Amino acid sequence: MTPELKGFLLLAAIKVVVGFGGLLLAVALVTWLERRQAGFHQDRLGPNRVGPKGLFQPIADGIKNFIKEELVPADADKFLFLIAPALVFTPALLLFAVIPFAAPLPVSFDFELPVVGRFVHDGVMPMMVADLPVGLLFVLAISSIGVYGIVLAGWASNSKYSFLGGLRSSAQMVSYEVALGLSVISVFILAGDVTLSGIVENQQQKLWYVFPLALGFALFVVSALAETNRLPFDLPEAESELVFGYHTEYSAMKFAMFFLGEYAALITMAALMATLFFGGWDIPFTTWDESEPSLLKTALTFGAFATKTVFFVFMYIWIRWSLPRFRYDQLMALGWKVLLPAALSYLMLLSGAIWALEQLGIEQGPLYGFILCIVNLPAIYALFWVIDSGRLVFGQRLQRRTMN
Amino acid sequence: MLREYAPLLLLVGIVIVSAVAMIGLSHAIQTRRPTQVKGMPYESGMPALGGTRDRFSVKFYLVAMLFIVFDLEAVFMIPWAVSFRQLGLLGLIEMLVFVLILLVAYIYVWKRGALEWE
Repeated sequence: MTPELKGFLLLAAIKVVVGFGGLLLAVALVTWLERRQAGFHQDRLGPNRVGPKGLFQPIADGIKNFIKEELVPADADKFLFLIAPALVFTPALLLFAVIPFAAPLPVSFDFELPVVGRFVHDGVMPMMVADLPVGLLFVLAISSIGVYGIVLAGWASNSKYSFLGGLRSSAQMVSYEVALGLSVISVFILAGDVTLSGIVENQQQKLWYVFPLALGFALFVVSALAETNRLPFDLPEAESELVFGYHTEYSAMKFAMFFLGEYAALITMAALMATLFFGGWDIPFTTWDESEPSLLKTALTFGAFATKTVFFVFMYIWIRWSLPRFRYDQLMALGWKVLLPAALSYLMLLSGAIWALEQLGIEQGPLYGFILCIVNLPAIYALFWVIDSGRLVFGQRLQRRTMN
Repeated sequence: MLREYAPLLLLVGIVIVSAVAMIGLSHAIQTRRPTQVKGMPYESGMPALGGTRDRFSVKFYLVAMLFIVFDLEAVFMIPWAVSFRQLGLLGLIEMLVFVLILLVAYIYVWKRGALEWE
């Protein structure tokens, strides 16, 4: 191995360990945030006993889950029952690998260790675990693997609630994955790139994609909610009818792994919303972050990225405690009859508009964004009109009621 | 650049090791006293009735099949989207034709009732 390769691998190892530890810490904090915020929305306190403001509650929960008795139902498929939580946990924690969480950092070193030899690194280090050339496609591919874990958990448990939860979940995730994939394609058209570092760079130099792709963002948020099985799409869990869905029979550490996986996927989806549509680590209204890489710049851009991600996590939890759950036929109708045709026709409309704009010779910039934003408006109006009239999703016209 | 995949392999290793460690360690620490009642599948306190892995609605198969069709189509669109500028008007028209053909299939599927859930 050359000294350069060793230097690269050393940095990679540091990034992997720090990134993995950081994500687990973030998951712990988000579970705390969820419960505190739920308390806030419902005018109560939430966990506040363990540590300051209840901050150590996730640690206490972790220890409890670790030493609790594990139950395996009779006639369960032992092997599948064992690997199902790992199959949910593993892909969910891999997803963050391609998300750039700060501006590149200049790192130079040249040192020698006794046994392993010389390590050299000179130049900028991208602040992401793996700068894969396939970028976002990796996220789309790996997030689909999570479906296996859920289906197998439902199948292996030998419980009717788990089985129904697993079935519902697989059908739901599969349906909304189509809409998710199609909404992401609009980003690819605008950026001309699938790597997330390229998409962030493009937005940072030109404009945030949330303006030209307003409807694409809305479709992405809705399908991301469904993909992570969060309310209003948490049919797989649906406490009031399925007890706890596909993890009814799971207890102790195996349950905790489903839990960790779900929240890791939630954080990754929030980070993806920030990265794809809100400029990633870009600090708005400054051109300073296009300057030379430095430690200060990396630290501040990480702050910007973290702020955006926390905002979207907050929004996720806010939605969860505000909206009622869909009925299953409504959920499938929304996915197949509304989101899929909407995403497809939106793509066609958008690609036509982008082609026309580039024929006119308008560069990507404020004017470009403004025109595309206006193109979005009738599409958004049409989508909301369709959903609001209620024919497709609810099967009949909604009865308007006036409040007295 | 295959080198970029090296950190990913490392991450996969760490995640799998931690998953195995979490299950294995908690398995080693905890006390287990299984009884027959504890092993019963949960059915809201009632003794379980009938088998679990019975027949279920064929709708789920249909959804899976439709998913393959439409997801493949999304996969076709990704390379087109990335090279959108190089392809120009011809690429745009070709994609429009592709989507229109797909639309025919979509309308057929809808009219046959594959998207309905009672």
